[in-house]
Amino acid sequence: MHSPQPDLEARTSDDWPAELYRILKAADVRQMSYVPDAGHSQLIRLLSADRDVTTNVLTTEEEGIAIAAGAWLGGQRSVLLMQSSGVGNCINMLSLSAIGRFPLLMLVTMRGEWAEFNPWQVPMSRATQPSLEAIGLKVMRAETADDLVETVESAAALAYESDQQIAVLIGQRLIGKKKW
Amino acid sequence: MQAQLDRRAAVAALLKNRKDTLVVSGLGSPTYDLHSVGDHDGNFYLWGAMGGAALIGLGLAQAQPGKRVLALTGDGEQLMGLGGIATIGVARPHNLDIVVIDNQHFGETGMQASHTGRGVDLTAIAAACGFIATGMLRTIAEVERLAAQLAEPGEGPRLFVIKVLAENPPRSLPSRDAVFIKNRFRAHLGFAAG
Repeated sequence: MHSPQPDLEARTSDDWPAELYRILKAADVRQMSYVPDAGHSQLIRLLSADRDVTTNVLTTEEEGIAIAAGAWLGGQRSVLLMQSSGVGNCINMLSLSAIGRFPLLMLVTMRGEWAEFNPWQVPMSRATQPSLEAIGLKVMRAETADDLVETVESAAALAYESDQQIAVLIGQRLIGKKKW
Repeated sequence: MQAQLDRRAAVAALLKNRKDTLVVSGLGSPTYDLHSVGDHDGNFYLWGAMGGAALIGLGLAQAQPGKRVLALTGDGEQLMGLGGIATIGVARPHNLDIVVIDNQHFGETGMQASHTGRGVDLTAIAAACGFIATGMLRTIAEVERLAAQLAEPGEGPRLFVIKVLAENPPRSLPSRDAVFIKNRFRAHLGFAAG
């Protein structure tokens, strides 16, 4: 029986978290740690349900930087999910990734930059990219679902194959307005 | 009660029969203590990343479930990573132990008094976070018994505090080149340098 092929454009636009899950699995990511963000909720669910991936919920984002370094020492690849407010918590711990040249892939959902309701998100939003770059990370950004999928695929290769420290910023425009 | 135990003697007793235990040491004196008992390819020494020792231990323990992992740190370093005790309690690794060499002071910066001499009890915090075993030790005989206990696998994370004299023994400095130490550690586990 012939089953209809889903339209590629619609699939990637609607379901980018599933695409990111596929990319992270293809990159052999075995650990994921996170401080939750609504924009990451589907990816968190997918990775948490995967028995081949160990997940850690964190009390603060910098814990995930240390866990990722430990995972690499032990031969595993780790990914870290957070929202932009969490980047500020990470800065000193990122010394570890930078000076040890530990592979690092952070996926950061942006707040405070597009149709934001909560003004308290704005200052750290503004500081996110400059502070990451100041401590030595490479920052990549995506504003559309298609671009995001391609960017994360490239970032994963740079991180895990070329020992780079990468933060992918996921534009708030892409995630959509938070409903209050 | 004034601690009497010498930190170097305590660490030497703790690691005397370490076998293939992997050790991550926290910033400051624990890094010197670990190096003082003999450099080892299975050591990862921190010279920064304060608050990260136990969590590096967590990532490592999760990646190497067949190996014992010890995070050897100080009271100041662990206090900066208090939330990490909750994260480790939830993760429940069966092969991670934290040992805090507790002199109740920030020894690296002029011996300012820390929280652990003023009523903050890291063992109680760990117990409240679900660690399966905790304890506070004050004598070398107790440390020797702990070394034997840690050689046996646990069913979850364990945290022990060893109260030591507040003094700075001569520094024993490992390499500060984190890339070298990282690659040496990974080679020890059979991974290519990349």
